Amino acid sequence: MKRSITLEVNGAARTAEVEPRALLAYVLRDQLDLTGTHIGCDTSQCGACTVHIDGRAVKSCTVLAMQAEGHAITTIEGLSGNGGGGGGGGLHPLQQAFWEKHGLQCGFCTPGMIMTAADLLAAKPKPTEAEIRHALEGNLCRCTGYQNIVAAIQAAAGAR
Amino acid sequence: MATLFGSGIKRREDPRLITGKATYTDDVKLPGLLYAAVLRSTYAHAKLKKVDVAKAKKAPGVVVVYTGADVRDKLNTVPCAWNVPNCDLKVPPHPPLAVDKVRYVGDGLAMVVAESRAAARDALDLIDVDYDALDAVVDPEKATQKGAPELHKEVPGNVAFTWKVAGGDAAKAFAEAPVTVEQRILQNRLLPTAMEPRAACASYNPGTGQLTVWVTSQNPHIHRFLLSVMTKLPEHRIRVIAPEVGGGFGSKIPGYPDEALVSFASMELGRPVKWTEDRSENYRVTIHGRDHVEYVAMCGTKDGKITGLRTKVYAGLGGYASTAAPGVPTILHGLMYSGPYTIPNIEGTIYGVYTTTTPVDAYRGAGRPEATFLLERMIDLYARKIGMDPVEVRRKNLIPKDKFPYTVATGITYDSGNYQGALDKALQMFDYKKFRAEQAKARKDGRYLGVGVTTYCEICGLGPSQVAGAVGFGGGLYDSAIVRVYPTGVVRAYIGAKPHGQGEETTFAQIVADEFGIPVENVEVVAGDTEATPQGWGTYGSRTTAVCGSAVKVAAQRVKDKAKKIAAHLLEASEADLEWQDGKFTVKGSPDKGKSFGELALMANVAWNMPPGVEPGLEATAFFDPSNFVYPFGTHICTVDVDTETGEVKILRYIAVDDCGPQINPMIVDGQVHGGVIQGLGEALQEMAVYDEDGQLLTGTMMDYAVPKASQMPKVETAHTVTPSPVNPLGVKGVGETGTIASVPTLVNAVCDALAPLGVSHIDKPLTPARVWAAIQQARGAGGVK
Repeated sequence: MKRSITLEVNGAARTAEVEPRALLAYVLRDQLDLTGTHIGCDTSQCGACTVHIDGRAVKSCTVLAMQAEGHAITTIEGLSGNGGGGGGGGLHPLQQAFWEKHGLQCGFCTPGMIMTAADLLAAKPKPTEAEIRHALEGNLCRCTGYQNIVAAIQAAAGAR
Repeated sequence: MATLFGSGIKRREDPRLITGKATYTDDVKLPGLLYAAVLRSTYAHAKLKKVDVAKAKKAPGVVVVYTGADVRDKLNTVPCAWNVPNCDLKVPPHPPLAVDKVRYVGDGLAMVVAESRAAARDALDLIDVDYDALDAVVDPEKATQKGAPELHKEVPGNVAFTWKVAGGDAAKAFAEAPVTVEQRILQNRLLPTAMEPRAACASYNPGTGQLTVWVTSQNPHIHRFLLSVMTKLPEHRIRVIAPEVGGGFGSKIPGYPDEALVSFASMELGRPVKWTEDRSENYRVTIHGRDHVEYVAMCGTKDGKITGLRTKVYAGLGGYASTAAPGVPTILHGLMYSGPYTIPNIEGTIYGVYTTTTPVDAYRGAGRPEATFLLERMIDLYARKIGMDPVEVRRKNLIPKDKFPYTVATGITYDSGNYQGALDKALQMFDYKKFRAEQAKARKDGRYLGVGVTTYCEICGLGPSQVAGAVGFGGGLYDSAIVRVYPTGVVRAYIGAKPHGQGEETTFAQIVADEFGIPVENVEVVAGDTEATPQGWGTYGSRTTAVCGSAVKVAAQRVKDKAKKIAAHLLEASEADLEWQDGKFTVKGSPDKGKSFGELALMANVAWNMPPGVEPGLEATAFFDPSNFVYPFGTHICTVDVDTETGEVKILRYIAVDDCGPQINPMIVDGQVHGGVIQGLGEALQEMAVYDEDGQLLTGTMMDYAVPKASQMPKVETAHTVTPSPVNPLGVKGVGETGTIASVPTLVNAVCDALAPLGVSHIDKPLTPARVWAAIQQARGAGGVK
C-alpha cells in the first residue's frame, strides 16, 4: 500500500513512505518534520498550508504527496535559501517586511501568507494595494485585519 | 536613557513565527505517539440506543476505542466554572462522551486511539451508532416556549437561568417618557475561527505519576484546574503547556472533553496521545459566540435626553453550559447597559437557554459587543424618532469627563474617561458636517451614502478577585509574574497570563527593560507553562497588560528595591543618598561613583558581599490584583455607499479613535484595533452560523462560513486619546476587544442611515446584500418613500 517517494524539499532530496491518499501537507509536517507549514482548514480555504512547488504557490492540502514526486518544493523553512534563517539573520525580504510592519499576530497564517506573497511578487514585482488584496483571496487571517500584511507586502515590493 | 514605554519596537516573538520555527500544539511529536479521533453525533437531539465499537477495535492500527459507557465512571463531567448567583442557575451534567442522549451535532460519542492519524479517522467509519431521533430546537426564544423539546430533565423549559439587572425606576421612566422606541434585535451566532484549530497532546508517565498536557489554551492554569477536576488527578501532578497558540478569541478559554479524553487515554495506555480537530470539527464542537434574541426599548425626552433602557434577552447557551457561559450574557453584558451614557433608569431580564446546538461561550468582546450594539442601535432609532442628529444625542448623554469615577445605574463604577475628547477627535478627523452635506447632495442624485458614529466604553482588565468571587466566577482574577535576574544581568519574566498573538513577549520586555535600564534584548518573557509560571488566570477580557503587565511592573520594582540595598552596601552610602540614572545607582553628588544593574545582578547572585540580613539572589514574585476594572472607550465612525439595486454595502472610510490609556507599544495597539475592527465588520456584514430546524449546522466549513478576506475589507484609520486609569501602576486600560465592540453598530448604523430616506429603520445583521435588498423592498412595499 505504502510507497517510497523522493521529493526535493528546500533544496535537498527527501524520501518518505507514503500512502497513495496522503496529502503533501501532512507528509511535510508529520514525516519530514517541517511543521512551519500549517493546516487551518479541511476545504482548501485558509491557505495556511501554502508552499511552493516548482516556484509557484500551491496549497499543500490540495496535493497528494505522490503528485509532488520529482518536483521541487519550498516551504517557509527554506524560503530564505539558508535553511530557515531565524534569529534575525538571513531573512527573505518578505519575512523581514512582515516583522517590520507587524504583519502577524498569532503567526499561524503567516507562513502561508508569506509563501503566497512571494509568488505574487515573483509574477508582479510592483503590485497595487488592490492587486495584493486580490492575491490574498485564498489566505485567511483572523488577527491582523490584513492591513499590516498588505503594508508588509508593499514594503517588500519596495525593498526589492 | 530613552524609555522603551511608548515605542513601537518590532516584536520579539516574530523571528520564530516568520521562519516556521514556532511550535504549536499539533507540532508536538513524542516517542511512541498515538493519535486520537472522536466520533461525533450527526443528530442534534436523540436518544442514544447503541454505540457499537467492536469492528473499529479490530481495525488495523487501532489501539483502543472508548465510549461514554467506558469513561463515565473514570472521568468526571465537564465543569461549568461561572456560577452566576441569584439567577437560579441550573447546570446539568455534561458527560465527556455522551451516554444516553446527544444534545447537539458534534456531541462526542466515542474516541478512537490509533498508531496514525489516518488509522484513527478510518476507524470512526466502522462504529455503528443507533439513534432515536428527538425534535431539535435551535432558537433560544422558541426553546422557552410551551411544548418545545427539552434537552435536560433537570431543566424543565430549557431555561438555565433568569438574571435581572435593575437601577433607578425603569417602569416610572417609561410611563412618563414622551418618546419610546422599541426594536427586536438579533445577535447573530458566530464561529470564532482562530486560525489554529484546537489540539491536545497528553503524556502520562506511570513511573512518576505525572501528566503533561500540551493544549491550545489561553489560560493554562485554568486548564490545569479543569483537567484535575475531570481526570481526578491531583493538580500538582498535572503540567499544562500552552506552546505557541494560533489565536483564540475566547474559544480557547473553556475546558473541553477532548483534552480530558486524551489525558485519560494516555493514563490508561502509558503512551502519549494527540488529538487535533479539523476545521469542520472545530465549527461543530469548539464554542460559538453571541446568539441573542433581544427585545429592547429606550425612552427619553423630545430634546434627546435618554431616561430609560429596558431589555428582555434570550441568550442561547447551546447543549451544555460551557466554562464561562453563564457570565457572558449577564455580568459582561447586562452590567454594561449604560455604556458611556448617563442613563438613570435601566432594567434588563436575561434568560440563558439550552438549545440543541454547539455550546456558546465568550467570543472576542463577550457580552459587551451585544450590549454596545443594542445601545447604539437604539440611540440611532431614538434620534431618528425625535428628529435630532444622532451625534448630538450621544453628546447630550455622555458622562461628563469631570464626573469620574462614575457609578452608572447598573451599579458598576467606571475608572476614568474623557468620552467627549475621543468624540471630538474622531469628528475632527472625519469632518462630519461636510459629509452630511455630501450625503444630502448624493441623495438627490439617487446615491445612498450613510454614516454611523459609535461612542462606546467597555469593561476590561478583569478584574478584582473579590468581585470575581462575588459574581460567581470560579477563580481569581489577579495575575502574576516572577522577574528573575541571572548572574550576567539578563532577565526572564515568567508570567501567569498566556498571550497568543497580542505581543506581550515584547511589551512586557519593554516594561522590564525600562525599569532596569537594560536593552530589551536582555529580557525574555516566558508564558504558557504551568511548571515555570506562577498561578495566573490567562489572557482574555483585555486583561493581560492591565493586570499581568502590572504584576511584571511590581515584580521588577521589587527586584530594583533589593538591588538598591545591595548598591548602598557596596557604595557605603545610605539608600536615601542613592539615585537611579542611566541604568546605574549613583551617590547623589558623585555621579562617577555608581553600580550598574549588571554589577548588582552579579553580586546578588554570587553573594560574596551582601548587606547584613539580605538574602542572596535577585528575583521577585508579584501577584497583582487591581482595585477595579478598567473601562477603555472611544469613538468609531464609518461611512458607506449602499447600492439599492443590489443591496451591496461599500465601506468608504473607517475611523477608530480609541483610548486605552498610555500605550506601551503603539504599533501593537494599532494592530489590535485593525484586527478587532475587521472581525467586527465580519459580524456586521457577512458572518453567521446558521442551523436548519433539525439542528444541522449549515455553515459547517470555511466554504460556507464567511470569514472576512483581504479583498472584502477596508483600511482602518486609527487615532488615540490618552486617559490613564487610576487602578493599576501602568495606567493602562486594554485594547484587545475594542474593535469587535465598536465596529458592529458603527457599520449597521451607517447602512441604516444611508437607507433612511427609503424608510428602512433596522436590518438584522449580518447585512448581506440579500438582506439589505430585502429590507429596501419591504420598506418600499410598506409605503416607504420611493
